[in-house]
Amino acid sequence: MTSLSYAAPTSVDAAVKLLAGAGGVAKVLSGGTDLLVQMRAGRVKPEIIVDTKKIPGIIGIREENGAFVIGAGTPGAVVEAHAGLNKAWPGIVEALDLIGSTQVQGRCSLAGNLCNASPAADSVPALYAAGAIAVVVGSKGKREVPVEQIPTGPGRTSLGKDEFILEFKLPARPANSSDAYLRFIPRTEMDIAVVGCGISVTLDANGVCTAARCSLGAVAPTVLLVKEMADVLVGHKLDADTLAKLDAAAQAAAKPISDKRGTAEYRTKVAGVLARRVAAIAFDRAAGKATGKTH
Amino acid sequence: MSKSHVTTTINGEAAEFLCETQQTLLDVLRDVVGLTGAKEGCASGDCGACSVLIDGTLVCSCLVLGVEAEGKSITTIEGIAQGDHLHPIQQKFLEHAALQCGFCTPGLIVATKALLDENPNPTETEARYWLAGNLCRCTGYDKVIRAVMDAAAVMRGETV
Amino acid sequence: MNYISSDLKVVGTRPIRPDGVDKVTGRAVFAADTRASGMLWGKILRSPHAHARIVSIDTSKAEALKGVYAVVTSKDFPEIASEEAFVGEGPMNFRDLSDNIMARGKALYEGHAIAAVAATTAALADEALALIDVTYDVLPHVIDVDEAMQPGAPVLHADMFTAGVNPKPATASNIAKVVTFKKGDIDAGFAEAEVIFEDSYTTKPVHQAYIEPHACLATYAPDGQVTIHASSQGHFMIRAYTAKLLGIDMAQIRVNPAEIGGGFGGKTLIYLEPVAVALSRKSGRSVKMQMTREEVFRGSGPTSGASVTVKLGAKKDGTIVAAQQVLKFQAGAYAGSPVGPGAMCGLAMYDIANVDVVGYDVVSNRPKVAAYRAPGAPISSFAVECAVDDLARKLGMDPLVLREKNAVVNGSKTHYGPTHTNIGFTQVLEATRAHPHWKAPLAEGHGRGLAVGFWFNIGGESSATVHINEDGTVMVATGSPDIGGSRASMGMMAAEVLGIPVSKVKAIVADTASIGFTFLTGGSRVTFATGMAVTQASEKVVDQLKARAAATWDIPVDAVEWKDGKAYPAGTNAGAFEPLDLAAIALKQGRTGGPINAEVSVNAQGAGAGFGAHICDVAVDKETGKVDIVRYTAIQDVGKAIHPSYVEGQIQGGAAQGIGWALSEEYIYNAKGQMDNPGFLDYRCPVASDLPMIEAVLVEVPNPRHPFGARGVGEVPIVPPMAAISNAIKGAIGLRMPDLPMSPPKVRAAIDAG
Repeated sequence: MTSLSYAAPTSVDAAVKLLAGAGGVAKVLSGGTDLLVQMRAGRVKPEIIVDTKKIPGIIGIREENGAFVIGAGTPGAVVEAHAGLNKAWPGIVEALDLIGSTQVQGRCSLAGNLCNASPAADSVPALYAAGAIAVVVGSKGKREVPVEQIPTGPGRTSLGKDEFILEFKLPARPANSSDAYLRFIPRTEMDIAVVGCGISVTLDANGVCTAARCSLGAVAPTVLLVKEMADVLVGHKLDADTLAKLDAAAQAAAKPISDKRGTAEYRTKVAGVLARRVAAIAFDRAAGKATGKTH
Repeated sequence: MSKSHVTTTINGEAAEFLCETQQTLLDVLRDVVGLTGAKEGCASGDCGACSVLIDGTLVCSCLVLGVEAEGKSITTIEGIAQGDHLHPIQQKFLEHAALQCGFCTPGLIVATKALLDENPNPTETEARYWLAGNLCRCTGYDKVIRAVMDAAAVMRGETV
Repeated sequence: MNYISSDLKVVGTRPIRPDGVDKVTGRAVFAADTRASGMLWGKILRSPHAHARIVSIDTSKAEALKGVYAVVTSKDFPEIASEEAFVGEGPMNFRDLSDNIMARGKALYEGHAIAAVAATTAALADEALALIDVTYDVLPHVIDVDEAMQPGAPVLHADMFTAGVNPKPATASNIAKVVTFKKGDIDAGFAEAEVIFEDSYTTKPVHQAYIEPHACLATYAPDGQVTIHASSQGHFMIRAYTAKLLGIDMAQIRVNPAEIGGGFGGKTLIYLEPVAVALSRKSGRSVKMQMTREEVFRGSGPTSGASVTVKLGAKKDGTIVAAQQVLKFQAGAYAGSPVGPGAMCGLAMYDIANVDVVGYDVVSNRPKVAAYRAPGAPISSFAVECAVDDLARKLGMDPLVLREKNAVVNGSKTHYGPTHTNIGFTQVLEATRAHPHWKAPLAEGHGRGLAVGFWFNIGGESSATVHINEDGTVMVATGSPDIGGSRASMGMMAAEVLGIPVSKVKAIVADTASIGFTFLTGGSRVTFATGMAVTQASEKVVDQLKARAAATWDIPVDAVEWKDGKAYPAGTNAGAFEPLDLAAIALKQGRTGGPINAEVSVNAQGAGAGFGAHICDVAVDKETGKVDIVRYTAIQDVGKAIHPSYVEGQIQGGAAQGIGWALSEEYIYNAKGQMDNPGFLDYRCPVASDLPMIEAVLVEVPNPRHPFGARGVGEVPIVPPMAAISNAIKGAIGLRMPDLPMSPPKVRAAIDAG
C-alpha cells in the first residue's frame, strides 16, 4: 500500500521545503472540502499532504487603510462574520457564503476555492471582479499575482509545485463603490453554480458608473473576466438600455458546455439574466441603498 | 506504514488515537474511537449526517482528516446531552416527532446546536438555510424546523 | 374486537417513541454501527460498462495480497433456476436476483457487481479490488425505455420473449411483459365523448435516496450457522433470499434487524447479504459490508423512468366517459417494473365506464428497479392528473369540480377488477374544498395546482407477541422493521387494549429466530396488519388476565370484566371483590398458572385503500425557469391516526420526496451509459431551504377491517405531488410541463418556445 504522509508546518519556509522536496504529488491542505472528496474518489493520489493552517497569518483578516488582507486559509464562516469586509466587499462575502453548506463554511477557504480551479467556483468570479491580488510564496520568495492569472484550466493553476497562496489583498475602495455576486442553481443551496456572475462598480455622485469589473463563472473552462461587460457599464447609469447591453455582452462572452448541470443554451441565457440582476444589486449598494443577503 | 499519534479532546475528555493520514475524522471516530453516533451518508460533505463541532465550529467530519484533530476539541452527538439529561434540542426533536428513521438525526442535532449557539433567535428561513447541508429524506423537514424553533425558544427561556 | 367507537385513551395521542432517546443521542445501532471480533471488510468490484460480456476474471493478484482473506465471483454462488419469488415487494425472480448480486456471464448495467473481496481493512479491500483483472467484451447498450422497445435495440436477455401477448413472440426483445386492463367498450366511450384530451408524459428514474447506505455484518460459522445484522425493510426477506441464493436452510440463518436509516421501498431487495455470507464462508471470518453513496446510486434500485400517454373523453357536463392509458416502464436490467400497479392506480380515483390500459415492462441497461413508495402509482398518476387538469381547462370547469364529478365512491367498480369499499375519497375532496388553502387568493404570478392520488395499501402476514413482565410492565415484539415510528404505534395499540399507560409498554422488533414469520415493512401494511396482530395478542393476554382474576376470586371467567387495566367483577352478582390491576395479577402469575403471554400470527385482509389530495402554490422565475414551492397542503384519509405525529410525518415526507421527483431529481446518463450524477451533490434531493412547511390534513374515515380503524398512510402522499406541481406551473405560466423533472432549463426552454 502506498503511504501518505502528513505535515503541518508552522512557517512558510518549512511548508515550501516540504512541497519542493516531495518526490510525488504534494497537496496543500487548507479547508480540505475539495481535496478530501477528490482523494476519496481516487482522482488525486498525493504522496504528502501539507496542512498550511498552522502558518502564522494564513488564517485571519487585516484591514489596512481601507484595504484588506485575507489569510488564504481563512474559513468562509470567519470571513462572513467580519463586519468591515461585509461593508466594503459584500459581493466577496456573499460569494464565499454560497459555497456548500454551513458545515463546509466552517472549513472552505478562498485559496482552496481558487486553486481547485473549477470554473464554477463561487468565490472566484467575485475575486476577479474585485481585482484581488494573490500573494504567492515559494522557493523563490514572494510574488503578487492578479487572481485571474492563477487558474489556467479546469483543475490547473499557474502555481509552481513549491508554491502556495499565503493571502489575498483587496484594494481600498473609492467612495460609491460596491460589488455583488449571484449564481444560479436548481435548488436553493448545496449545488454547484450553473452560472455565476460577479460585478464590482464605482459610481459618481450622479449614479454614473466610472469603473467596473465583471466576471462570469461556469460558462468557460475557467472563470472569465469580461471586459466587454465592464465597457457597457462604464459611463452609464444602470438604465434599461445599459441592462440590455450588459445582458447581450454577458451572453456573447459565455462559451459554456452542456452537462449534467445545464445546457449550453440555457447557461448562455442565464448568464445574461444574472448579469442584469447582479449589476442592479452592485449599483444599489454603491449608491448606498441597502441590499441585504441574497437569500 | 506508520500511523500518526493524535492528542485531542473529545466531548470534553482528553483522548488519543493512532490513525493513517487518509483516514477522515469520521473514520477515526467510528472505527478507532468507537463513537458511532456520527453517520456516513455520503462521505463527500453533501448530507451532513457526520456533522461534529471542532472548537465549536460545525463541520462534516468526513471532510476533515483525523490528523487535523490534533490539539482540537471535538464535540459529537454523544457529547450533546449532559449525563442523563437531554439537551433541549434533543428533547424537542423527540416531542415534535422530528425524526422517523433517525439516521440523519445526530447530524441535525449537532448542526442545530451550532446554529443556536451562534444565533439564539433564528427566523425559520435562517434555520432552513443553516440546515440545508443536513439531508433528511423522511420528514420533509417540517417537524425538524418546528423542533428547532421550539428548542430555540426554550433555550431563550421563553417557553418550556 | 373493534374499538372504532370506543373512548380511546392512548390511540390518537402523541407519546414519545420508545426508540427516540437512542436516536437523538447517537446510541441507536444501525447496521454499519455493528462490529464482530476478527471482522473483515467486504467490498464489491462493479462493472464500469453498461453492457458487456465478461470474458474472464482473474482474481489471483487480489488473492495474493496480504490481508485479503476471500475473493468471490458468481462461481461461488449456486446456479438457480428461473422461479418467481414472492419474498419482497414487487416482482422478482430468484435467478435474476442471484444474477443481480453477482453478474454471471454479462454485466447488464454500470455498477453491476462482478466480484467481491474481504480484507482486514476497507482500504485494503479497495486495493484488492483494483488488482482484479476483468476482461470485458463491451456490447452496445440501451438506456431509454422507448429506445429499448425499438426493433434492433440491443437485447439484454436472449431468452426474453414478451409475456402476456398471444401468440408468443418468435424473437427475443426487451419487453418482458404486457399487462392490459379493460372495462366497458373504449371505442364506444370515445364515440360518445364530446370533448377529448390527449397528451404524452415522461418521467425519469428517481432513487429512494435513503440517507443510510445499505450495510450488513454477516458471520458464517464452521458449523454452518449464519448470523446476519442488516438494515432492511424485512429481515425475513433477507433470510429467505439469502437461504435461496446460497442454498442454505432457513433454520441455519438468523437475521437481526438493525435500525434502518430509511428505505421507502428500496430496502425490500437485497444486494450485500448473500455476498457477505459467501465471503464469510470462504474466509472463516465475520464480514462487514457497507455501500458507498456512489454504489447506492449505481448499484441499487431506483424506481422506473417511464413514458406514458393518456387520452380522456368527456361529456360537456364533465362526465368522463372514456380513458385510455399506455404505460412503458423501465424495469432496469431484469424484468419486474411496477407497471402493473401503475396501470391500476392512475385511473383508480375515477368512476369511468370505458377504460383501456396497456402497460409494458421493459428492460434496459440500468440497475434493476426496486420498490419506491406506492410503486408505479406516482408515474401513472402524474400523467393522468395532468391530463384531468387539462381536460378541465378544455371543458371550462374548475379542476376540483371535475374531480368531484367523477370521483369513485363505495361501490364503484375499478377497471382492474375489485370494487371500492370503505373508502374515504369523498371526504378527502370535501376537506379539500373546505380548506383555507383552496380558497386563498393567489399572489400575482403564482399558480395553484391540485392533484389526487390513490394507493391500495396491503395487509398480509404478521406476527406479534405480548409478554406480561413480573412487575406488570409489558413487552411487545413484532417482526416488522420500524422505519417510521411503528414501535410507538404498536406499543400504543397494546396499551389501549390492556388499559395501561403506554409508558408501561416496551415495543421491540424481534429477530427471525424469535418471532413468527412477518412479511416485510412495505405497502403501508405495518400499522394495519402487524397492528392487528398486536391487538389480537393483547386481547388474548387480557383473556388470560381475566382468567387469573376469576381463579383468584373463584368465580366464572365470564363474570370478570377488564377495564382501565384492571379486572372487575362484572356486576354485583359476580361478587364483591376489590379490583385486581394488571401489576397485581402479574406479580402472582407464577402461582396462578404461569407466565402470561400470547403470540398471534395473522394474514390480514381488508387493508382499506387510501386517497389523498394535494394543493400546491408555486412561483416561477420566468427568466431562469426556477420553480419555488410557496405553499403546500396534503389532505389524506388515514382511517385512524394511531400516533398522529408520525402519520403527519409520513405525509410530509412523502410530499417532499414527490417535490424532489417533480423538480430536481433524476438519473443522468452519459453516452457510455454510465450514471453521471451518482452523489447527493448532483442527484438533487430537496434540502430544508427548498421547502415550505407542508401542512398535513388528516381525514379520518375509519377502516372497519382494523380494530382501531387504521389504514396505511405511507404511500399515498408521494402520488399527487408531481402533477400538483405541473398543474400549478401551468396556472402560473400557462404552459404544460409534461416531462419530469421540471427543471429550470426545461421550464425556461418551454417559456422561450411559448
